Amino acid sequence: MEYKDYYEIMGVARDATQDKIKRVYRKLARKYHPDVSKESDAEDRFKELGEAYEVLKDTEKRAAYDQLGANWKAGQEFHQPPDWDAGFEFRGGGYTAGGAGAHSDFFEDLFGRGYAHPGGAGGRQTFHMRGEDHHARVLIDLEDSFTGATRSISLRVPELTDDGHVSTRDRTLNVRIPKGIRPGQQIRLAGQGGTGLGGAESGDLYLEVEFRDHPLYRVDGANVYLDLPVAPWEAALGASIKVPTPSGDVDLKIPANSNQGRKLRLKGRGLPGKEPGDLYVVLQVALPPADSDDARSLYQQMEDQLGFNPRTTMGVS
Amino acid sequence: MGQKDQSKPPVEVIDEQTTFTLAELCRSCTVEAEFIEAMIEQGILEPSGRRGRHWCFPASSLRRTRVTLHLQRDLGVNIAGAALALDLLERIEELDARLRTMMGGRMR
Repeated sequence: MEYKDYYEIMGVARDATQDKIKRVYRKLARKYHPDVSKESDAEDRFKELGEAYEVLKDTEKRAAYDQLGANWKAGQEFHQPPDWDAGFEFRGGGYTAGGAGAHSDFFEDLFGRGYAHPGGAGGRQTFHMRGEDHHARVLIDLEDSFTGATRSISLRVPELTDDGHVSTRDRTLNVRIPKGIRPGQQIRLAGQGGTGLGGAESGDLYLEVEFRDHPLYRVDGANVYLDLPVAPWEAALGASIKVPTPSGDVDLKIPANSNQGRKLRLKGRGLPGKEPGDLYVVLQVALPPADSDDARSLYQQMEDQLGFNPRTTMGVS
Repeated sequence: MGQKDQSKPPVEVIDEQTTFTLAELCRSCTVEAEFIEAMIEQGILEPSGRRGRHWCFPASSLRRTRVTLHLQRDLGVNIAGAALALDLLERIEELDARLRTMMGGRMR
């Protein structure tokens, strides 16, 4: 188990006041909130931050944590000193936080495993209760949406044991990703959420689908965009070019007198579905380097013969 | 949970045509109907149909409800604040998408 430096995570000094810690937490929480932040590691940062704050906001837990001493370095192999928590009363008292299993082993070793939260909506008095719906995210590749795919998904599931404690269980599901799925769409797996109590039915599992960045294509809704580098003469004179698309190569006709940034639409070549999206090919004119006498003389000829001024609209001559 | 469900459970895509009833939305997000009504009052959710059992919520309601709950739980934002945040987040997403389209690969 690795030692976690909660002060470093929050970016505060070890002698920061409780007020300061609260202010810094609120600021960072807004910054890294997974529903708000665009950073790819926001979810992990947010969890780590919540854990650090859980300890540092509570003067008892903070004092106990400080007792471990400042000699530990983040990431260092950590063994709990014996009786480290003697004199503190939080152990067994349970903590409130974003659900069981949300904290690191380091935290749980110090402050104990989670206890069942006193009921969510409706409480737990009833003996028959439908299981909760669970929500998770799944990352897929663009190609998966074109062909359909099966993804193996690992979930850490908190479960209520018979004596009212919460334990976590790892489970793996093979999920069929339907063809034509779009970024941001959810898929529902009936009965794969939390287990119902007293024989009631299980909840559902919702998976929000996100696409990994693709080296060639960008996705916007059902439409796919491809940047296509072309030579100046291909754009100027027109050409027929072999172009990759997610559903296979196509021969694309570039109209003569095309300019940088021109969008060519390939209807129905976007994400498949009842109403398939389109593929937009965006022309990117690439200049050949003037790295030889021949190349330089060709550019010189263009300058001499074309009389081309790309800045006519700028009011300078 | 049936045994055969374990390996490859059937999936259902929540697309633009999917709708939720009030009861389904409450159950799915573990909230009470009063909370959903408060969100409707702030314009976060816009169900069609008559009030109550006949309400019909579009698929996007699921995400909007969950984000509202998270903002409230994690950041202490009230429902009016969440409504503002959701509007701004949607605007940022639109602008990002436009920027990606315009700038192409140069954005990465």
